Amino acid sequence: MATEAMAANQAPGSNYLTNGHGIKSWLLTTDHKRIAILYLISVSIFFFLGGLFAMFIRLELLTPQGDLMQADTYNKVFTMHGMIMVFFFLIPVVPAVLGNFLVPLMIGAKDLAFPRINLLSWYLYVIGGTLILHCMLTGGVDTGWTFYTPFSTAFTNTKIIEAGLAAFIAGFSSIFTGLNFIVTIHRMRAPGLTWDRLPLFIWANYATSLIMILGTPVVAITIVLVAVERLFHLGIFDPKLGGDPILFQHLFWFYSHPAVYIMILPSMGVISELITCFSRKRVFGYKFIALSSVAIAVIGFLVWAHHMFVAGISLYAAMIFSFLTFFVGVPSAIKVFNWTATLYRGSISYATPMLYAFGFIGLFTIGGLTGLFLATLGIDVHVTDTYFVVAHFHYVMVGGVLMGYLGGMHFWWPKISGRMYPEGWAKLSALLVFVGFNLTFFPQFILGYVGMPRRYWQYPPEFQVLNVLSTAGASVLAVGYLLPMIYFLWSLRYGPIAEANPWNAAGLEWKTSSPPPTFNFDETPVVTWEAYNYDEIPPKEMEVPVG
Amino acid sequence: MSGQVDALYIYLLLVSGVMTALIFIAVTVLAIKYRRRAGVDAHQIEGSTILEISWSIIPFGVMLTFFIWGAVIYFQERTPPADATEVYVVAKQWMWKVEHMEGQREINELHVPTGQNVKLIMTSQDVIHSFFVPAFRIKQDVLPGRYTTLWFKATQPGTYHLFCAEYCGTMHSGMGGSIVVMEPQDYAQWMAGGPSAPLQDTGKQLFSSLGCATCHRFDVQGRGPNLTGVYNKPVLLEDGRTVTADENYVRESILNPTAKIVNGFKPVMPTFQGIVSDEQLNALVAYVKSLNQPPTGTAGLPTQPAAPAEPQKMQVQ
Repeated sequence: MATEAMAANQAPGSNYLTNGHGIKSWLLTTDHKRIAILYLISVSIFFFLGGLFAMFIRLELLTPQGDLMQADTYNKVFTMHGMIMVFFFLIPVVPAVLGNFLVPLMIGAKDLAFPRINLLSWYLYVIGGTLILHCMLTGGVDTGWTFYTPFSTAFTNTKIIEAGLAAFIAGFSSIFTGLNFIVTIHRMRAPGLTWDRLPLFIWANYATSLIMILGTPVVAITIVLVAVERLFHLGIFDPKLGGDPILFQHLFWFYSHPAVYIMILPSMGVISELITCFSRKRVFGYKFIALSSVAIAVIGFLVWAHHMFVAGISLYAAMIFSFLTFFVGVPSAIKVFNWTATLYRGSISYATPMLYAFGFIGLFTIGGLTGLFLATLGIDVHVTDTYFVVAHFHYVMVGGVLMGYLGGMHFWWPKISGRMYPEGWAKLSALLVFVGFNLTFFPQFILGYVGMPRRYWQYPPEFQVLNVLSTAGASVLAVGYLLPMIYFLWSLRYGPIAEANPWNAAGLEWKTSSPPPTFNFDETPVVTWEAYNYDEIPPKEMEVPVG
Repeated sequence: MSGQVDALYIYLLLVSGVMTALIFIAVTVLAIKYRRRAGVDAHQIEGSTILEISWSIIPFGVMLTFFIWGAVIYFQERTPPADATEVYVVAKQWMWKVEHMEGQREINELHVPTGQNVKLIMTSQDVIHSFFVPAFRIKQDVLPGRYTTLWFKATQPGTYHLFCAEYCGTMHSGMGGSIVVMEPQDYAQWMAGGPSAPLQDTGKQLFSSLGCATCHRFDVQGRGPNLTGVYNKPVLLEDGRTVTADENYVRESILNPTAKIVNGFKPVMPTFQGIVSDEQLNALVAYVKSLNQPPTGTAGLPTQPAAPAEPQKMQVQ
C-alpha cells in the first residue's frame, strides 16, 4: 500500500485529489486529507438536514397555536434537530474536517498516527448517521436530545434504543479521532517543532481530544444504562424501580457539558490562525492562549451540575457548581482579550476569513457573557429551561462554532481544493450569517426572560412578536449558510487556481503545494522558527490596500 | 423576590453591556486604525504578563460579585419561612393537581392570598415536570418518587402564568395553568366555597384504615416508633446515621420502609408502594406533620386563619 502510493506520489503534478480515481480509491483511502473530504461531505449533509428541521421549528413557532404540525411531530422535529446538530455536526465538524486535514500538515507529518483507525472512525460516523436517519424515517424519537429519565426509559414509545445506539456508535468515532490526534501530536511533530512552537489550532485540537477520550465513554455508559433500564426494567433511573432520575442528569451532563468545549475549542483554534494571518502579527500571549485551551478542557469537567440548579440537587452542591462555573469563564475571557490585543498595531486585511473571525469574537462574547447570567444562581432559576438558554447555547455553539468553521473553510479552501472562492459572494455570505444570526437568536434572550419555556409547540399570544422576528432572522441565516455551499462547489470548476500560499500565511501547511501531495511534504520540513513569524513573511503585494 | 432577581439581572446586564461595548469598540477601532496600508508593516508584540494577569483577575473579581449576589438570592429561594402555608402539588402528564391543607382541591389553578408565604410540596406521578411561574421568577423541577419544595409570597392580586418548564412529552406545552392571587378576604371567601375535610383529617382516616395505627401507637410503645413530635426532628438510625425527619423521610418510610430503620426497631413494616396514591401519601405526610401536637381524637387541630393583610411586610414580589 505504502509503496504503491509512494510511486504515485512521484508522478509530477500529482496531488492527493488526483492520486487515485474511482469510488474505491476514496472509500478505502487512508489518506487523512481524503478522509477529511469524506467527512466534509457527510457533515454537510447532516448540517443541511439539521437546518431543515430548524426551519420547521421556526415555521411552527410563527403562530402561537400549534398549526403546522401535530404536537408529537413537533417534539420529534426538535429532537432530531438537536441530535443531528450536536452528535453529527457540531461535535465532529471542526476536528473531523479541518482537524483531519490540517493536523498532520501543520506539524509536518505524512499522515495521522493511525490512518486505518482514522478511516474506521469515519465509517463509525456513517453507521451512526445511517442509524439516526433510519430511526427518523421509521418513527423518530420525542425525548429531546437530552433523553431525560424516566421519560426516556419508561414513558415514551418512540425509538429510544435506536437513537441511543446511533449516538453510542458516533461516540466511538469521536473517541478514535481524539486518540489519533493525541498520539500524532505527541509522536509525529517535525524536527524543531517543539510544543511552544505549535500552531494554536494544534493546541486547541489537543485539548479537544483530551475531552473526547475522557468524556465520551461516560455518555456511552449512560446510553447503555438507559437501554438496560428500558429493555430489562432494572432500576437505575426510574424511582418506581428504585432508581434515581437525577443520577441520569449527572451522568449525561458530565459528558454533555464538556462536549460544548469539544465543539468550541477547535473553532477557537481556527480563530487564532485567522487573526494572526490577517493582521500579520505574532499572536499576543501565545502561552496564555495555548494553556487556556487546556484549562478549559480540565475545568470544563468540573461544572456539569450547573445544568441542574432547579433539578433537585442540594443547596450547597448548587453553590459549589455555580462558583466553579465562573472559573471556566476566565480562560475563555483570556482568549478574547488576547485576540483583540493581537490586532493592536497590526496590518489588518478584511478578507472573508477575517470577517468571520470578527464575527466569532462578537457572537462568542455575547454567548460567553450570557453564560455568566446562567452561572449566577438567582438568575438561572428564572431563565433555565426557557428561550434564554436556547439563545445562549446557540450563540456559543452555532455562533461560535460555525463562525470558526466557515472562517476556516474559506481560509484553507485554497489548500483543500486548489481553487480560490469568489471573494465578493463570500463577504456577502459572512454579512448575511452575522446579521441573520443575531436577528434569529437575540430576540430569544428577551423571550426567555419574559418567561417562554423551551420545547413549546404552542405558546401564549403575547410571545408572538419576538417569535416572528426570530423566524425572519432564521430565513436570512439560511441564505447565508446556503451561499458558501453553492460557491464552494462552483469554485471547484471555475475558481481561480490557488497558489501554494495565497495568503502568505505562516504555518507548515502553506509550505507545500495546493492541493498537497498524498504524503504532504516532498521532504520532511525542519522548523527553526517560532509560531506566527509574520515579521519574517511579507504580505502579498496584490493584497496590500484592501478595504 | 422577583424585584431582587430583576435588580441582579439589571446589574449583570450593565456589567456585560459595558464589557460587550468595550470589546466591540476595541475590535472596531483597532481594525480600522490598523487596516492594511502600503508601506506600513505590523509591529510585533509578544505579549504582556501583567496584562494577562490583570485581565484574568479583574473579570474574576467582578464575577465573584455575580456569584455572591446570586447565591444569596438562591439561598432565600430555597429556604421556605417557617410560617408558610403549605400546599401539596401533584404533577402528571399533563396537568397540575393542587391540594390545600383545608382540603380544597384544584386542577391547573392555584389560588393564593396576597401577603401570605406559600410553600409548595410537590411530587410527580410519572415523569419529571417543572413548576415555573415567570412573574415570580421561580422554578423548581417536580420529580417522581420524592418531594421538592418551592415557596413564594404574592403581593399583587391578579392571574399569572403557570408553565411546565421541563419537557414531559406530547402536551408539554399544554401543561400550563394559572396562579390566581387574591386579596385575603376574597381568598377566604373562595376557600369557604369549597367542600373541605382538612388534609390531615383525610390522613388520619387513612392512618387507621391502612392499619398504621396498630404498630405506630400513641399510648404505649408499639412495634413501630411513636410518631408524635417526630416531624422535622433528628432521628437516630440503626446504622448510626442521623437524619432529619422531613417530608421526604416520611414519604420514603411509607414507600420503602426498610431504607432507613430507626434505631431500636426491626424492619417489619411492609411497603405501601402501589397501595397508596400520591394524593393519599400527601394526606398521610400532612397527618404525621400535624402530630407535633398530641392528637386530640377529633379533627380539632387549629388551622391557620387566613393572614390579614400586613402592609409593613409587603415587598415587591
